[in-house]
Amino acid sequence: MSKFETVIGLEVHVELKTNSKIFCGCSTDFGAPSNSHTCPICLGHPGVLPVLNKEAVDFSMRAAMALNCEINREQYFDRKNYFYPDNPKAYQISQLDKPIGEHGWIEIEVNGEKKKIGITRLHLEEDAGKSTHAADGSLVDLNRQGTPLMEIVSEPDIRTPEEAYAYLEKLKAIIQYTGVSDCKMEEGSLRCDANISIRPVGQKEFGTKTELKNLNSFAFVQKGLEHEEKRQEEEILNGGEILQETRRFDEKSNKTILMRVKEGSDDYRYFPDPDLVRLSVSEEWIEKVRSEIPELPDARKARYVSEFGLPSYDAGVLTASIKMADFFEEGVKEKADPKMLSNWLMGEVSAFLNNGSKEIDETPLTPVNLAKMIKLIEDGTISSKIAKKVFKEMIENGGDPETIVKEKGLVQISDEGAIREFVVAVLDRNPQSIEDFKNGKDKAIGFLVGQVMKETKGKANPPLVNKLIAEELKKR
Amino acid sequence: MSRISKDQVKHVAHLARLSVSEEEVDMFTEQLDAIIGFAEELNELDTENIEPTTHVLELKNVLREDTVRESVSREDALKNAPEQRDGQFKVPKAF
Repeated sequence: MSKFETVIGLEVHVELKTNSKIFCGCSTDFGAPSNSHTCPICLGHPGVLPVLNKEAVDFSMRAAMALNCEINREQYFDRKNYFYPDNPKAYQISQLDKPIGEHGWIEIEVNGEKKKIGITRLHLEEDAGKSTHAADGSLVDLNRQGTPLMEIVSEPDIRTPEEAYAYLEKLKAIIQYTGVSDCKMEEGSLRCDANISIRPVGQKEFGTKTELKNLNSFAFVQKGLEHEEKRQEEEILNGGEILQETRRFDEKSNKTILMRVKEGSDDYRYFPDPDLVRLSVSEEWIEKVRSEIPELPDARKARYVSEFGLPSYDAGVLTASIKMADFFEEGVKEKADPKMLSNWLMGEVSAFLNNGSKEIDETPLTPVNLAKMIKLIEDGTISSKIAKKVFKEMIENGGDPETIVKEKGLVQISDEGAIREFVVAVLDRNPQSIEDFKNGKDKAIGFLVGQVMKETKGKANPPLVNKLIAEELKKR
Repeated sequence: MSRISKDQVKHVAHLARLSVSEEEVDMFTEQLDAIIGFAEELNELDTENIEPTTHVLELKNVLREDTVRESVSREDALKNAPEQRDGQFKVPKAF
């Protein structure tokens, strides 16, 4: 038992999927040529005036409500002052005292135990540009400058790196369900910083925290935190002291590396932005946005259990991603057996997607075709073994399973007479196995079944093969 | 008694990325002290029943619809940059 308790808080930044930027009409499209989506407002030219994008407010309120936050009725924007090349105005427009929402929570589940993690606040701000660093200077692209961004700050309720991972997965799922962001870490539309400290078990005060940056995936968040809690414990047990530092996670060495020691607190000199007038959110507005929140992951999970009879575990896996959940429901609409469909999605489909780091909508596989394939298994047209071949073709190249089965000659042989011929031939060639069987070695049957399947290139109906081998063995 | 210390002036100058000489620190300390004194005159007003506000205008909820408008050309965006490379602003090394 460790003598220390770990305390973790997470700060997550999520870009909103609006068409235009938060304070000007420039496009927010990802991947455009550098500095092609800018204008005097997002370039920070003097004398220009920002005007707030209504959709950005609607989206962030929708997310805040989905995270069980209370919405502030009277809000305003502040200027956060700091110098950095990707921050052209030398201030970021953000919200300090009156964020979009506060006092929220989400429920996570780790090792079968449920736990609520508090959400301190969710506020709306503008994203900065992107800088890349060359040997002789830094290069700045301001396309991203002004993209609407939500910052979601958790309470220091998280106690293990595993809980941090579960929190992030749940947060991402909820936000994806609300439809306000893609939450693509690889494109930077979801980014995460972690604060971590340890304290002797039983102590009330928090220990000194370090901040982890450069966490490019949820798995790296967990690994970085695992390393950092160990490092802090060793430091303290060796009589050392934890300094308030910013550290980055190095993926190659699996270690956290010091970036800078924080001296004193940051001095951002926040003050209300005089260029933007106050934002007053009426009860009607809140209720309108609330009515736009779709069914969220936990509700869907419960429904999959009650409506389709899925095990709770299956329902949890399927609903963790809205794309997977939507695919499942489309498949069920096509009359696929829910449990069989769930097995295919959690098994072969997930394996394929994980292998290529793909999302289900990035493959040619459609719910209609997968459902059709499952029906072909159910009506005995193909065996589950052959189905794997059909599936491989469908997920790699697309296509209708019936056509694939016909073109490749994969129809299951369910004709008793035809299979019996193969069985008799196999038995004739394997007298030793027959003898083994008569001497009580049941394994011999397995070998014989395998031989028949091989002869028929996997197309024989397996239950029939078993039945006919048993019958033929009795005759000998 | 000055309302602002020399150290505070140096701190504020640093935050604004201004380099100031010792003579300038003396001068700004005196001038800023006078400005703060001037602002302090506001304290004479009775604000007992006045609601605090963050803005002088009564106007609220000035919002725009989420429609994309044409951006400026990349050439125009970069026109005032002292240095540029590959369509990007080039700045002194930040790291």
